[in-house]
Amino acid sequence: MKANNLILQFTSKIIFFIIFFFAVHIFFAGHYTPGGGFVGGLLMASAIVLLVISFDLKTVQTILPINYMYMTATGLIVAVGTAAFPMLLNKPFFTHFFDYFTLPLIGKTSLHTAALFDLGVFLVVVGVTMTIIQTIGEDE
Amino acid sequence: MINFLLIPILIPFFMGMILMFCQKHVGLQRFLSLITLLAASVVSFFVMLKVQADGIQTVTFGGWPAPFGITMVADGMSTLLVFTTFVLSLFIVWYGFESIGVGREKHFYYPGLMFILTGITGAFTTGDIFNLFVFFEVLLMSSYLLLVLGGEKKQLRESIKYILVNVVSSALFVITVAYLYSVVGTLSMADISVKIADIGQPGIITTIAVLFLMVFGLKAAIFPLYFWLPSSYAAAPIPVLALFGALLTKVGVYAIARTYTLFFVHDLSFTHELLLVLSVLTIAAGCIGALATFNAIQIIIYNIVIAVGVILYGVAQMNEVALEGAMFYLVHDMIIKAALFMLVGLVIYVSGTANLRKMGGLIKEYPVLGWFYLIAAFGLAGIPPLSGFVGKLLIVQGGFAAENIWSSLFILASSLLVLLSVIRIFLYAFWGEPGVRQKINPKSYRQMLVPTVLLVVISIAYGVGSEWVAPFMDTAAKALMDPGIYVDAVMKGGE
Repeated sequence: MKANNLILQFTSKIIFFIIFFFAVHIFFAGHYTPGGGFVGGLLMASAIVLLVISFDLKTVQTILPINYMYMTATGLIVAVGTAAFPMLLNKPFFTHFFDYFTLPLIGKTSLHTAALFDLGVFLVVVGVTMTIIQTIGEDE
Repeated sequence: MINFLLIPILIPFFMGMILMFCQKHVGLQRFLSLITLLAASVVSFFVMLKVQADGIQTVTFGGWPAPFGITMVADGMSTLLVFTTFVLSLFIVWYGFESIGVGREKHFYYPGLMFILTGITGAFTTGDIFNLFVFFEVLLMSSYLLLVLGGEKKQLRESIKYILVNVVSSALFVITVAYLYSVVGTLSMADISVKIADIGQPGIITTIAVLFLMVFGLKAAIFPLYFWLPSSYAAAPIPVLALFGALLTKVGVYAIARTYTLFFVHDLSFTHELLLVLSVLTIAAGCIGALATFNAIQIIIYNIVIAVGVILYGVAQMNEVALEGAMFYLVHDMIIKAALFMLVGLVIYVSGTANLRKMGGLIKEYPVLGWFYLIAAFGLAGIPPLSGFVGKLLIVQGGFAAENIWSSLFILASSLLVLLSVIRIFLYAFWGEPGVRQKINPKSYRQMLVPTVLLVVISIAYGVGSEWVAPFMDTAAKALMDPGIYVDAVMKGGE
């Protein structure tokens, strides 16, 4: 099984970052065009899975020492917290807010609370996918 | 506070997330779970009072106008069920401290509980048929976790069966919702009710009604779709079994009651007649099952099936008396089933077997357990003034009013069979020669006995004090009987 996978390991180091940035791009594109937290999260998870395939689970766990269960829970809290926040202002659950801001470098940008919700979804998807893959991958 | 009705759903949801962080701290998890359930019970009680005082409460997500956004609706029926759910789970969780085992507690038993409660209460509260599906999935996912947690051979085998049945029924659910959407073009339950009334329920809608009966019938375990229930539930540990037995099938019953009083009310001679026949057959099948087995757990499990039949029989009458009876009986059955499972769990704990033939003579050593079991058994059968009586009386009264004389008499007669089935446990386990015993820890026995006894006391109070509960049941039944009340509340609230 331990063949010479130098080429795979070398390319996956580079491709990991390409997929990672593409996932971020898809995540931010999601508000007006196809994409969003779910697809972005799946892409992100696939990037990590690529590392797992080319190295192995132990190595990846040392590179990315993340407890994916906590990641899922954090994502849930971010997502539902964003949805529940308007309740404090006596607006219906899930009401979203947005406005235009002038940011340095980027310029005039619209910022939505929906993006925060999507960030939660992103974390949940990565967390759940990686938990499943790790659990299945662990037993030999 | 327009979101008030959402708070009972959100409390366990948030706590489930937080509990995921305290995986290894069992003591903290227990404490937080109890606090959460207590808080949720109190808040849901106030929501119930508010609905009783000010009428149906609604909130539409994201501030969208009513038929387009997802509306959450708290009416009499849903708030009653939500309140009962939290009170029951409080006692079940308390009982579980001693019996569920640290292994399960360290592997997301409490988060699973919190998420299943989110799903159940959400399903009771939602006013959108697709959102109902989503909450069904939430509670099913958590129920898979709770059922398989522990990884015993029996659990793994039964979980596969349970998951397969539910995946198939979920797929059918989505397909049925798609059919309904393609006909009426809306998913808001209030709007569906209006649209169906407009077109006067042609044949296609009646077909969809039967499909819905199949989908929810699989969850609620009506005849002939109850086949998966006895063996699957038996695989779960007692606290989980109590939770499933008291709550899960009731979600299916609720969904049938909701759709059959809100949507499909224009062709009663077909849909409700079918429901009536099926409910009578369900009772018959449940009675046969309960009398045929010598396994104490199975007897109570088959009694779930019987109760589902009785409640749906009340729904099938479609008059206010019977619906009020169905509400009374629904809440009664949730309480008493949880209590019975906890009692039988104790019987099994002290005797070390579920086989009635091997038990015996427990009354000398465990008199409190014995007598409270007897009270709970009488309550289940509906001996006045205990809790099952009022509900069954009203259901049968409604049955007579709807001129279903024979089937109503059958319901009455079935009470005797129910009594016989549960009294058999009493006779075998508590009377007679001493049977097998298991060495037990008296402290944990007492700690399990306290919540059990309290729950039986609640069921007694519910029966004796039915005069105080009656106004709530009355409101619930009125809203079920007249879809207009529900529709108006949703459409008005969305502005």
